[in-house]
Amino acid sequence: MPIYVKDWDLVVPGEVLAEGDYVAGPYVYKEGNKLFATAIGIAEIKRGVIRVVPLQGPYIPKVGDVVIGIVVDYLPTAYVLDINSSYKAILQVAEILPPQKNALAEDLSKYLDVGDVVVCKVVRFDKYSDVVVSCKGKELGKIVDGRLIKVSPAKIPRLIGRKGSMINLIKRETGCKMIIGQNGFIWIKGKDQASEVLAEKVIRKIDEEAHISGLTQRIQVMLQSEKRD
Amino acid sequence: MVSVKGKELTLISPDGRRLDGRRPDDIRELKIKAGILENAGGSAYVELGNTKIYAAVYGPREVHPRHLALPNRAVVRCRYHMTPFSVEERKSPAPTRREIELSKVIRESLIPAIVVEQFPFSAIDIFIEVINADGSTRCASIIAASVALASAGIPMKDLVAACSVGKINGVLVLDVTDVEDKNGEVDMSFAMMPNRNEITLLQLDGVLSLEEIERAISMTTKACKEIYEKQKSALKEKYIELRKAVEGGAKT
Repeated sequence: MPIYVKDWDLVVPGEVLAEGDYVAGPYVYKEGNKLFATAIGIAEIKRGVIRVVPLQGPYIPKVGDVVIGIVVDYLPTAYVLDINSSYKAILQVAEILPPQKNALAEDLSKYLDVGDVVVCKVVRFDKYSDVVVSCKGKELGKIVDGRLIKVSPAKIPRLIGRKGSMINLIKRETGCKMIIGQNGFIWIKGKDQASEVLAEKVIRKIDEEAHISGLTQRIQVMLQSEKRD
Repeated sequence: MVSVKGKELTLISPDGRRLDGRRPDDIRELKIKAGILENAGGSAYVELGNTKIYAAVYGPREVHPRHLALPNRAVVRCRYHMTPFSVEERKSPAPTRREIELSKVIRESLIPAIVVEQFPFSAIDIFIEVINADGSTRCASIIAASVALASAGIPMKDLVAACSVGKINGVLVLDVTDVEDKNGEVDMSFAMMPNRNEITLLQLDGVLSLEEIERAISMTTKACKEIYEKQKSALKEKYIELRKAVEGGAKT
């Protein structure tokens, strides 16, 4: 059962990763006896499971994901949000309407206007209908301040880190509040502009260098030296 | 002997040298660069001798007009376009019959490699722009488009490599140029997925015997595997350079 790649090796689509009795993880497929990669990314081998962590790629919605969307359209009783995916997200007006109000009789732009940014959670997605999102819950809802930046959705797991280690480090060191949308949008709100700029700089660095090992250390060093200046 | 621009030229010399000094089984110098266009999801630039091509990939994104969307897989749309200055005599920028056909041929040679089932109701758009044409543009387009697709992070079963075979003065030659194409007897375009050993495009213009076809396919298969290695290193280049820069910087 030969394995042709090492942990942390860069692979491209079609590369034969291994032959034999291995299990194909995400972004890997098995045909006959061979395991092939399907995306450009980093190979990871763990207990007989081979997976590829992609470096680039579109956002595919998943139920339970926190996403940040931008209102692009109204339906009679719902808002349509752009969530940086090939599918539009639907947000029911009833979720934000005060009780006893009729959505059909209301001017929907009073509550959310086109261009408004909303933090929400995916509640339904089956690929055959639109994505349904909800903005009821802790830390969900319309955003009115701070700054919004966009990174590649494939890098979000690295930005969060193992059990949130990376994002907690950035939050602690910069003193910013942050919400990470799985779709690649990140909201930052700090005490002052300087801390927001620093947080953005760190996130851009992670977006660029996610494939190089020792990322957490480098970010730590960067944050320390920036703070001294 | 053929006459090109009033000059008498021998396409292939008795000792097997072609006009540009290549042997029959040599391909032209191939340069590939991935991820060069900022606004596209993925992109690539390919230089195959004097053939120069840009490819850009957008999506998966919403399909417009909506009725074109498919419920079980993504729609792949491809536009092959030659710039007016890509050939000697100005070409009208409007799509010609030939360009429409090549768009279809390139699209169909790429679809088997893309995991289209993963994106129902979506479209993947591929734009190919020929900057300079000197033979084998469809093969160079396929090389560029498949690198662009991979650099966009679209799931693919394999990259697609392509190479053409021609027959001039009875000799099978790889990677035909414009002059060889126009004055030769045969031009065959060929594309394959090198790791899966599957042919995705085989288009023959001319007449070849069965043995010649077999020889041609084995020649071009070998060339495609070489081309695949170049595609692979082009895709990895950006990331490896960055890795080197970071690791080098960490040491100093």
